Amino acid sequence: MNAKTPSKLEKIMAAGHFGVTSECGPPRGSDPDVIRKKGELLKGYVDAVNVTDNQTSVVRTSSLAACIHLKLIGLEPVLQMVTRDRNRIALQSDILGAASFDIHNMLCLSGDHQSFGDNPQGQNVHDLDSMQLIQTVRKMRDEGKFLGGDEIKRPPKMFVGAAENPFADPFEIRAIRLGKKVEAGAEFIQTQCIYNLDKFEEWVRQARDRGLTEKVFIMAGITPLKSVGMAKYMKNRVPGMDVPDDVVKRMADTPKEKQAEEGVKICIETIQRLKECKGVSGFHIMAIEWEEKVPDIVKEAGLYPRPQVD
Amino acid sequence: MIVADRKPIEEIIEQVKDCKKVLVLGCNECVTVCEAGGKKEVGVLASALRMYYANKGVDNRVDEITLERQCDHEYLEEIREKADQYDAIISIACGVGVQFTAEKYHAIPVFPGVNTCFLGVTEKRGLWTERCQACGQCILAYTGGICPVSRCAKRLLNGPCGGSSKGKCEISKDTDCAWQLIIDRLKAINRMDLYEKLFSIKDWSKDRAGGPRKVIREDVMI
Ligand code: SF4
Ligand code: SF4
Repeated sequence: MNAKTPSKLEKIMAAGHFGVTSECGPPRGSDPDVIRKKGELLKGYVDAVNVTDNQTSVVRTSSLAACIHLKLIGLEPVLQMVTRDRNRIALQSDILGAASFDIHNMLCLSGDHQSFGDNPQGQNVHDLDSMQLIQTVRKMRDEGKFLGGDEIKRPPKMFVGAAENPFADPFEIRAIRLGKKVEAGAEFIQTQCIYNLDKFEEWVRQARDRGLTEKVFIMAGITPLKSVGMAKYMKNRVPGMDVPDDVVKRMADTPKEKQAEEGVKICIETIQRLKECKGVSGFHIMAIEWEEKVPDIVKEAGLYPRPQVD
Repeated sequence: MIVADRKPIEEIIEQVKDCKKVLVLGCNECVTVCEAGGKKEVGVLASALRMYYANKGVDNRVDEITLERQCDHEYLEEIREKADQYDAIISIACGVGVQFTAEKYHAIPVFPGVNTCFLGVTEKRGLWTERCQACGQCILAYTGGICPVSRCAKRLLNGPCGGSSKGKCEISKDTDCAWQLIIDRLKAINRMDLYEKLFSIKDWSKDRAGGPRKVIREDVMI
C-alpha cells in the first residue's frame, strides 16, 4: 500500500514498519498542560497519538482543541470523531478545522451511548453512522467535495481510520463488517483491546481470507491491566470486551504489588505474539491514565526506536 | 399503534386544582389498547380527581366522556354542545388527540393526561415496545423487516456497533440489539447479501429533521 497523505503514521506503515499509536484523553477542564504533559510522555515512542472525543460520553476538552495542543508540541495527532454529538454540517466543518491545522489522521466512530456519561438526559445526533463518516471524509479528501457536492478549496488530507471490535457479537459478521468499513474507505483500523488472542487471530485470518489485510492496516489494540480489579471490571462491565478467565486468573494469582508489572508483561507478550500474525500492521497502545508506561512497553516489545520517514 | 403511559396524578392535579368543572376525555383507539387512555382509565382518573376535590372540601364536577377518536373532526364535534361549560379538559388520548382537541376548542384549556411514548406493539399485556419512529422513508426492505432507526440506540444503518454483546444492546441487558435481530432475520430469509452492502447516507429531511410534515393526497380529497 502506498501512502496517499502527509500522515507520518501512514508513511511508516506503508514502508512496511509496524506503526505505533497511543491515546490521550483530554481533561475535564481547560488546562492545556494536562494534555501537553501526557503528550511529552509519549514523544518519540509512538508515531501518532489518538485524542478521544468525549469518550464514554463524559464532557471533556474537545478532541480538536487537544489535537492542536499536541501538534504544537511536535506530536502527530489522530483526531477521533464520534457521530453521536454532531450532524453532517458540524462534522464536515470540524474536519476542515482540523485540516486547517494540518492534522492528517482521523478516526471515525459512532461513540458510546450518552447514557454512559454525565449527560444521560441529552439527545444524540447520529445523522451519519461511523461508516458514513468514513465515506464523507474520503469524499472530501479524494474528490475535494462536500457532501452537498460543492467544491472544497484546499481539501483535507486525512489518513482515515476506523475502530473495530473483533470480540463484539455476532462474531461471524465481524470480518464482513470490516469489509464494509474498508469499502467505505477506511485505511487503518484500530481494534478493541485484545486479551483473547486466539479469537483475535481468528478474526485476522478471516480478514486475510477476504483479502482485507492487503487493503487496510490493522493496528492491534493493547491495554495494560493495572490490577486484577481492572481485569474483572473490563470483563464484566465494559460492553463488548473479552477478557478470558485465564488472564483474570493470571492477574489474581500475582501478589497485589506485582500485578501492574504482570499486566505490562502480558502486554508485551501479546505484542510479541501478534507481530508474527500476518495482517497485523501495528499496535495501538491505550494505557488509560497510565501513559508513563507506554515508553517501557514500546521498548520492551522491540518497537523502539521508531522508524524515521520524511 | 401509538403507545402512551399514564401521567402521575399529582402532575395532572397541579394543572386543574383550581377548576370547578373538569372533563376527562378518553379515546377509544390506541390508548385504549395500551390501557392508558380508554373508557376504563377515564373512569379511574375521574374518580381520583373527585376524591382529591372532596378531600379539599371544594364543590366540583368531573365528567367523563370517551370518544371514538380524538384525531378526527367528526368525533371531536360530538362534544361541541357541552364543551363550553368546562374550565378544563384533560385529554388522555395521545399527544395528537390532546392537540386536536385544543385546536377545536380554542378558548378552553386542554391538558394532557398521559405521556405519549412511541409507535409500538403489545408484546404481552403490560409490555409495550417501540417499533417505528415514523422517519418518513421506510427502509425495512433492506433490514429484514426490523427497524434500526427506532430499535438501535444509535440508529446505525451499518451496525452493529462494538457494544453489541450476546444479542443485547450496550445500553442495557434488557434491550435487544437491533442489529443482532436484523442479522438473525437476514440469515433466516437467506438475504445476508443485503448486509454486505454499505447503507448510504440517509435523507433525514422526511424525518422530524425536515420540520412539521404533511401527507397530501389530492386523489382522495373531497
Ligand atoms: S425505517 Fe422509518 S418508517 Fe420504517 S419502521 Fe423504521 S422509523 Fe418507521
Ligand atoms: S448494541 Fe446494537 S442496538 Fe445497541 S447501539 Fe449498538 S448496534 Fe445499536
